[in-house]
Amino acid sequence: MQHGSPDSVSSLPQREIPATTVNTDGKPVAGGASIAVPQSSGMGQLWSIACANPLSLVAFALFFLLIAVAIVGPSLVPYDPLASNASIALQPPSAEHWFGTDNLGRDVFSRVVVATRLDLSISVMAVVLSLVAGSVLGAIAGYAGGWLDALVSRVMDTIMAFPLFVLAMGIVAALGNTIENIIYATAIINIPFYARLIRSEVRIRRNSTFAQAAFISGMSHWRVLLFTLLPNALPPMMVQMSLNLGWAILNAAGLSFIGLGVRPPTPEWGIMVAEGANFIVSGEWWLAVFPGVTLMLAVFTFNLMGDGLRDLVDPRQRQ
Amino acid sequence: MFTATGDTLSDAINPVIKRSNDDYGCKRAVMLLRRILQSLPVVAGVVLVSFLLTRALPGDPAVYFAGPAASEESIAEITRALGLDKPLPVQFALYVQDLFQGDLGQSLSTGQPVLSDLARRLPASLELTLFALLLSCAIAVPLGIAAATRPGSWRDHLCRIVVTAGVSLPTFFTGIVLIYVFYYLLGWAPSPLGRLDFLYIEPDHVTGFYLIDSILAGDVETFAGTLKQLLLPACTLALFTLAPIARMTRASMLAALSADYVRTARALGHSDRTVIFTYAFRNAMLSVVTTLGMVFSFALGANVLVEKVFAWPGIGSYAVEAQVVSDYAAVQGFVLAMALLFVALNLLIDIIASLIDPRMQLGEDT
Repeated sequence: MQHGSPDSVSSLPQREIPATTVNTDGKPVAGGASIAVPQSSGMGQLWSIACANPLSLVAFALFFLLIAVAIVGPSLVPYDPLASNASIALQPPSAEHWFGTDNLGRDVFSRVVVATRLDLSISVMAVVLSLVAGSVLGAIAGYAGGWLDALVSRVMDTIMAFPLFVLAMGIVAALGNTIENIIYATAIINIPFYARLIRSEVRIRRNSTFAQAAFISGMSHWRVLLFTLLPNALPPMMVQMSLNLGWAILNAAGLSFIGLGVRPPTPEWGIMVAEGANFIVSGEWWLAVFPGVTLMLAVFTFNLMGDGLRDLVDPRQRQ
Repeated sequence: MFTATGDTLSDAINPVIKRSNDDYGCKRAVMLLRRILQSLPVVAGVVLVSFLLTRALPGDPAVYFAGPAASEESIAEITRALGLDKPLPVQFALYVQDLFQGDLGQSLSTGQPVLSDLARRLPASLELTLFALLLSCAIAVPLGIAAATRPGSWRDHLCRIVVTAGVSLPTFFTGIVLIYVFYYLLGWAPSPLGRLDFLYIEPDHVTGFYLIDSILAGDVETFAGTLKQLLLPACTLALFTLAPIARMTRASMLAALSADYVRTARALGHSDRTVIFTYAFRNAMLSVVTTLGMVFSFALGANVLVEKVFAWPGIGSYAVEAQVVSDYAAVQGFVLAMALLFVALNLLIDIIASLIDPRMQLGEDT
C-alpha cells in the first residue's frame, strides 16, 4: 500500500508537509499545470489529424521546404543574385534561366530563392518580438488587474485604433527607413493581438485552484505566472503565431513594395514585385509573377498551418 | 378597436411594459451619446501617438522639416517656429492647438498645407474603398449564405477556397496580375493610370466622387469612363476584403441556422426562403457588421498599395510619394487622418449594429 502508484507517492508529501518543505516549488505546480493543459500533443494524434486534413500535411511539408530553402538556398542557387549582365536582359523563362531574367539581366530564380531568407527572417523576428512584448504586457495586465490592466488595455486600444499597415508606414517614416525599423514596426502593430490573448488566458485562470495552490505553496507571483499560467496559454499562442507569420510577411513585403525598408539591389519579394510592376504593362510578366507567387505561397503555407494547428489545439473549432 | 383594448388591457395588467417602451427612445439617445464620448479617449490616444511619431525622428526634426538645402539660421528659425526648444508637454499642447486649427504643417513636396492636400485627394480614396467594399459585400455575403445553407456542397468548398486564398493574396500582386490579364492580354481594361482617361473631362466638383458627380452632371460617357477605370483597382481591393466577410457570414449563418428559433420557424411551416432570410440572415448580419470594423482596417491599409499600383491619385499614393522624398509632415498628416477616419468608421459601425439589433448595448465592451 505504501509503495503504491507514483501518483499517490508524489501527492502524499504535499498534503502532509506543505509549508515546512525546503523546496516548496516545482512539484505541486507541475502537477497542477499538467492537469490544466489540454492533452494535445502526441505524434499519433498529429498523424491522425494530418490524415483527416491532408491540406495541413501539405502546409507542414511546404513549411519545412521554405525553412530548408532559407537555410541552404543561397549556397545552391545557379547564379549570383546581384550579378547583372545587360546582354541577356529581360529574357523569358528558359531551361537556362528558369524564371527568366530581369531588366539588368539578373537571374530571377536565384533572386527569388535568395530572398527567402531575408523575408522569413524579417517576419520571424517581428513575430518573436511581438510575441515576447505582447506576452509580458498581457500577462502583467491579466495577472495584476487594476490600473496596470487599464493602462495596458488603453495602450493596446490606441494601437488598434490605427489601420495597422498605415501605422507601420508612420512608424518606419518616423524611425528611419531601415530593415530593423521594418521589423520593429511589424512587431508593434502585432503586439495587441498577443497581449489581448494572453491577458484573457491569464485572467481566466488567475483565481483557479491550481494557481492558488501554487501561490500558497510559497511560489512568488512571478513564478506562478511563468510556470503555471503561461504554459496554459501556449497552445492558442502557437496558432496565433502561425497565422501572424503570414500576415507579417505580407506586411513587410507591402512596406518594401512602397519603397520602405529594404533597398533595391537586395533581393526581396516585395521589391522584386515592385520592380517587375514597371514591366508588366509591356508584357514581361515573369519579373513580378514569380516573386509574387512565391510570396503568396509562403503566406498561404503559414495560414494553412495556423488552421491545422488550431484543429490540433482546439477541437471545438474543427469543421 | 381591438388593438386599442388590447393595449389598455396590457397596460392595466402590467404598466411596466408601457413605461419601458416610452423610455426606450430616450435610453437609446443616452447610449448613443455615451458611445460617442467613449471614442474620445481613443482619439486622444491617436493624437498622442501621432505627436510622438513626429517627434521620434532620428536627430533633429527641424533639420528634416527645413529640407536638405537649409542653412544654420533657417534651422534655428524652424526650431523656434515648431516650438522644438520648449519642453515636450508644451510642444504637445502646441501640437494639439495646431490640430484644432486644422494645421497639419506644410508639405515639402507640393508646397501646400498638408490638410488641403489631403482634403483634395480624399474623395478619390473614399470612392475606391467604398466601391470596393460594396463590391466585396455583394459577392461575399451571398457566397457565405450559400456555403452555410449547404455545408459540404461545392458552394461550401468554393467558399473555403476563396477564403483561404483571399487572405494569402498580397494586394499589390493581385493588382499587377489583374493589370497583366485584363489590360495587356485581353485589352478590356483602360491603362491603369489614375481615375479618368485623358479622353474624358473631369466632372464638376460636387461631392468629389466622380461616379456621383458625372451622374449629377448627366454625363453618361464620363460615368462609363470612370467606372471602367475604377473597376480593376476596386476588384483588387475587393478580392482582399472578400475573405473575412465571407468567412464571417458563413460562420454566423451556420450558428443562426442551428439555433432553436430557426427550428421553430421550420416546424411552423415557413418556406426555406423566409427561414433563411427573415430569421437566420437578419440575426447573422450583426456579427458580419461588427467584423466590418476589422475589414476597414485592412482595406484602408491595402488601399495604399492599390493606389500605388494603379497610380490612383488618392491620399495613399500621396503618402507614398511624400515618403520617397522624406516629406514627413505629409506622411504623419496622412497617418493621423487615416486613424481618425478609422475611429469614425468604427463608431458608425457600432451605431449601425445597435440599429440592427436593439439588444446590443451601445457603449458596452466593444
